[in-house]
Amino acid sequence: MLFMAFRIALRALARNKLRSFLTMLGIIIGVGAVIAMVAIGEGAKKRVQEQIASLGTNLLVILPGTVTLGGARTGSGGRQTLVASDARAIMREIPVVAGASPVVRQVQQVIAGDQNWSTPVQGVAPEFQQIREWQVQEGRFISQADIENTAKVALIGQTVAYNLFGDNDPIGAVIRIKKIPFHVIGILGAKGQSGNGTDQDDVVMVPYTTMMKLVMGVTYIQQIIVAAVSADTTQEANNQIASLLRQRHKLRAGVDDDFMIRNLSDIAEAASNSATVMAMLLGSIASVSLLVGGIGIMNIMLVSVTERTREIGIRMAVGARSRDIMLQFIVEAVVMAASGGVIGILVGIGSSNLIKYLAELPTLIRPEIIAISFLVAGAVGVFFGFYPAKKAANLDPIDALRYE
Amino acid sequence: MASDEHPSLSAPLDGRMNGDHGAEVIRICDLHKTYKMGDIEVQALRGINITIRRSEFVAVMGASGSGKSTIMNILGCLDRPTTGAYFLEGQDVSALSSDEWAHIRNRKIGFVFQGFNLLNRTSAVENVELPMMYNGFHSKERRQRAWEVLKLVGLEERSHHLPNQLSGGQQQRVAIARSLVNRPSLILADEPTGNLDTKTSVEIMELFQDLNMKEGITIVLVTHEPDIARYAQRQIVFRDGLIISDTRNH
Repeated sequence: MLFMAFRIALRALARNKLRSFLTMLGIIIGVGAVIAMVAIGEGAKKRVQEQIASLGTNLLVILPGTVTLGGARTGSGGRQTLVASDARAIMREIPVVAGASPVVRQVQQVIAGDQNWSTPVQGVAPEFQQIREWQVQEGRFISQADIENTAKVALIGQTVAYNLFGDNDPIGAVIRIKKIPFHVIGILGAKGQSGNGTDQDDVVMVPYTTMMKLVMGVTYIQQIIVAAVSADTTQEANNQIASLLRQRHKLRAGVDDDFMIRNLSDIAEAASNSATVMAMLLGSIASVSLLVGGIGIMNIMLVSVTERTREIGIRMAVGARSRDIMLQFIVEAVVMAASGGVIGILVGIGSSNLIKYLAELPTLIRPEIIAISFLVAGAVGVFFGFYPAKKAANLDPIDALRYE
Repeated sequence: MASDEHPSLSAPLDGRMNGDHGAEVIRICDLHKTYKMGDIEVQALRGINITIRRSEFVAVMGASGSGKSTIMNILGCLDRPTTGAYFLEGQDVSALSSDEWAHIRNRKIGFVFQGFNLLNRTSAVENVELPMMYNGFHSKERRQRAWEVLKLVGLEERSHHLPNQLSGGQQQRVAIARSLVNRPSLILADEPTGNLDTKTSVEIMELFQDLNMKEGITIVLVTHEPDIARYAQRQIVFRDGLIISDTRNH
């Protein structure tokens, strides 16, 4: 029966090709707009997520806790509880951690030949490069051997390179930090300004062991920077690091942590939520055109029922029940809506690709959006076909047969 | 789908219709039909009693407004009597639901109309298949049976023509084939020659006579033309909602 209704519907639509097409056009535009708009929204959301990820949503920073000395509390990082082996333990024992690096830093006067420049000198491990996704423009980064040998090697940031060497090649040159000569082994890629306006390229990096022993003469570190394997696992990494450090620092239950862990995942969530709202907004604006398309179907179906009153009368006279007539017209509306939906999906995919190349906006088409649009188009057919079909089914066969 | 009693293909077309000659097909008892048109009540039928037996060929006559169209609609299970009973093959059909009526129209009644009432842009054979669309026949079987009845009305060579490619007489033959295709108990023909010229009218009436005599099909024909009514064996004349004469040819 359904198959037959389907055939009758196809034939009825084929009889009025232009009219069927124009009616379908409403759905085509509606579905196409939904797909293209959602693709733009999703693309924007993905870009926002990527940008946040590049800020380091998977990053955790571990700082020593505060200490109260005679009623005065030091700021964060006041205690000297973090050591380099904590960083190595975090790397070794927590699977969701991709990398961990100790960080010790101090502003120093750096001298090269007759130039000098005051800049933060930062002692880091080789993992630091991967954690911060920091390119090396020329030369190489600090190696494990440099750490073990407390090698006197340094990488310089773009700002430092410019101020100390101008146009000369700094690789292989010697710079002095606290009168200790360091060989420049590399130039860091440009990182630009940080969120608060600090010039991230104004930096010198040296092995943390060298920094601790030779430059600062300390046994503790100032922070540990950790990268979780993904943004989703940041919180898990956070919890595991906390319990590992409590264990390593031999803190009994009830004793406060002697460290602090900070991460950016809240910011990431907020930004991603606002992108989702934008995607939904675009989608719902486009849905309005789908609604208009549905009304177009209803309009044409009402015309069609009136035009075919006599046909309905004949069908009823030869034994069609009300529900057979109803099914016939609903199927007709659904066929129109669903084929409009299929064409609309193709149009939507095409136009979102066009937008991607012409307007250079990122777009992302998710398969579930395509499936949903198709189902919604079908549902629009059922919904807007229902009233005309009901009208057809409720016709009185005597009147319908007499209709001119 | 309603498919309780598929007559098998191998059965001859007249099998069921000729079966028990003389059994009642239609019995109508004290039938009244009153229409309300605004405040005015129109009594279309005022106490009708008719019995029609199997294989009868009956002409219902009368001027317009005599009630003959009303009785046709009631006989065709398209309209309900106000009071009174209508038995079709012994079953009281006046109390059935509209779905049950659709089933009865499909299986027991074949309609032939003045204006042919074929579906436009639909071939003759597909028009004939139409009633079988609503009782669950497979498409092969439908086509086969449509062919059989088209052959019976002498139109097998035109089976793929569209209605507008056929003459009026040919269109009416298609309509007759359609009315026969489900092997109904009864054919109701409402002014079947009203749109046809005299020569074609004669051909159509001869076809009805043939179907009645050779195939034993029960036919009720509505007409206002005495010449046409003469083809039937029995003439019932309506006037003002009452039967004023009921005569048989001898």
